Amino acid sequence: MAVTTYIDAIKEGMWEEMEKDERVFILGEDVGIYGGAFKVTKGMLDRFGPMRVIDTPISESAIVGAAIGAALVGMRPVAEMQFIDFISCAFDQIVNFAAKCRYRWNAGVPIVVRGPCGGGVHGGPFHSQNPESYFFNVPGLKIVCPSTAYDAKGLIKAAIRDPDPVLYFEHKYLYRRIKEDLPTEDFVVPIGKAALRREGDDLSIITYGAMVYRALEAADALAKDGISVEVLDLRTILPLDEEAILATAKKTSKIIVLHEATMTGGPGGEVVARIAEKAFEYLDGPIVRIAPPDTPVPYSPPLEEAFLPQVSGIVAAARKLAAY
Amino acid sequence: MATEPVTRRARFQHVPSEKTKLEMLHFMKLTREIEDRIERKLYRQGRIVGGVYVGLGQEAISVGTAIHMDKDDVVAPSHRDMGIFLMRGITPQRIIAQYMGRRTGLTRGRDGNMHMGDMNYNVIAFVSHLGDNVPVAAGAALAFKQRGEKRIALCYNGEGATSRGDWHEGINLASIHKLPVVYFVNNNAYAYSTPVSLQMAIEDVAMRAPGYGIPGEVVDGNDILAVYDAAKRAVDRARSGEGPSLVEFKTFRMTGHSAHDDAGYVPPELFEEWKQKDPIPRFEKTLLEEGVLTEKRRDEMQAECAKIVDDAVDWAEQQPYPDGDEVTRDVYYEGQEK
Repeated sequence: MAVTTYIDAIKEGMWEEMEKDERVFILGEDVGIYGGAFKVTKGMLDRFGPMRVIDTPISESAIVGAAIGAALVGMRPVAEMQFIDFISCAFDQIVNFAAKCRYRWNAGVPIVVRGPCGGGVHGGPFHSQNPESYFFNVPGLKIVCPSTAYDAKGLIKAAIRDPDPVLYFEHKYLYRRIKEDLPTEDFVVPIGKAALRREGDDLSIITYGAMVYRALEAADALAKDGISVEVLDLRTILPLDEEAILATAKKTSKIIVLHEATMTGGPGGEVVARIAEKAFEYLDGPIVRIAPPDTPVPYSPPLEEAFLPQVSGIVAAARKLAAY
Repeated sequence: MATEPVTRRARFQHVPSEKTKLEMLHFMKLTREIEDRIERKLYRQGRIVGGVYVGLGQEAISVGTAIHMDKDDVVAPSHRDMGIFLMRGITPQRIIAQYMGRRTGLTRGRDGNMHMGDMNYNVIAFVSHLGDNVPVAAGAALAFKQRGEKRIALCYNGEGATSRGDWHEGINLASIHKLPVVYFVNNNAYAYSTPVSLQMAIEDVAMRAPGYGIPGEVVDGNDILAVYDAAKRAVDRARSGEGPSLVEFKTFRMTGHSAHDDAGYVPPELFEEWKQKDPIPRFEKTLLEEGVLTEKRRDEMQAECAKIVDDAVDWAEQQPYPDGDEVTRDVYYEGQEK
């Protein structure tokens, strides 16, 4: 066991897969000699050489397109978006090429597109986004959003080994704040499986990514009031772990869905719909969604604080729901 | 580099053997036969599902380039490249079944017409978002380079696709890494209704090649011997590790954009002018003069191609449609790989 940060867990996961499987390689902007804007790929160029750690021009569409082409002929590319915000430049390759190949002509595209997402670091409108909602409506993609170092490592390994395209959204706020002892032996976290982070009886918060920690903090505060909160970390949002979602809904009968993607059209709406369709008779109160307002991610600290869901807001919503 | 940014050759460096010439003629004729049948007969009779896009008058380009492919090479065709599928060994039966939306078509009814591929034949399926195949072909070539394989990738687009950002991004990436890929452009004068003059401020797409540090060549796309020659040069360069080339074939789209488009925006005299340059009679004339072909053999070849397509149509019409309950299959891996 060794204490590993979330960011190093991502690196270790990729590193181990590259040691084990020569089909795995990395391409992206500044991933080589610079080791990545956040140093996720630091040291990899020295170890694996320039044919497997490839610095590219500022060409997100070519980065993903080249990953697709390499995957079609047997490679396992990991494409880095320097900030996940830039994934919009590769939208077409992801949505129209990678996601549809298997369905259309039975050709697997085992690529990973990964990059730092999320706010809380005053990155402003173009370095803080949570673009998972854009891709949530695209059949053929898988989307993972790890919250712990264990999951960061286990999910990047699972993503690399997966036969289909996986978008891996790593939260930059967690990079160096989150750490834990990780097993030294090989492990993966299965894609499509949620994790119960805290058991409770009175209500459930269903969330993912950095918001898991806000939910846990709120749960601690609420415990002092005698409100027992369950926290479900989705880990994968596409495909959703419907079984885990319905299980917690049936157990506590009161649901808060919390995420950092903006409200309208966010993944939370789908979680709510599944519960309403399949566990309606178990509910003892209205389902509550907590998400940022429908605005770009603002830059100045007071604005960003108002934008991001805060513990106080979660606690207030939970108290109201608990009393319903 | 010479003052002229692109090469135009008057004499050929590479000349096909007699056997190869006849093989190319066969595939040009078969391409025309199958596309004529699809567009002028089956489509108009309502036996084709959806739209139809053909490469009438452009047959020399796909045939004269793909003739240089080895079995393990990968190709990313565009939507007027029927000849490539035939030359890769994909049967006319499966192609017609594809156009008819049958389960035994290349996409099992999931997609139509030229949106087809099969990695068992190293053919990457085209998507409607033009130019997307440019970085994808670069990626296949990247893998060949990473693994030290002697394989190459060939990528095809019309001049219309060259205005897309992906086209630039892909060629730039391929050029930086000297990847074993060739970029072919059929410049057929129109992107749907938009003439070249409204697509670019330069005469030739190939003039962009120096901007990527790669060779650009402009070729008569209706002369298969010129196509063969230029393609061989580019393929050899890619295979020897020197990097990509950009080869532009001047041609003309002898139809509308698709079967529903009457091309009323094209001055009729242009069709007349280019009809005189039809690559098939032109090649036949050369072969007759050379004594490689007789009129009798020419007519036999025509009849053979018609028979192949007759049989393919008969076969395809007997094929089942997919069942509606297959609709949710194969979105993700289900335990079987191509």
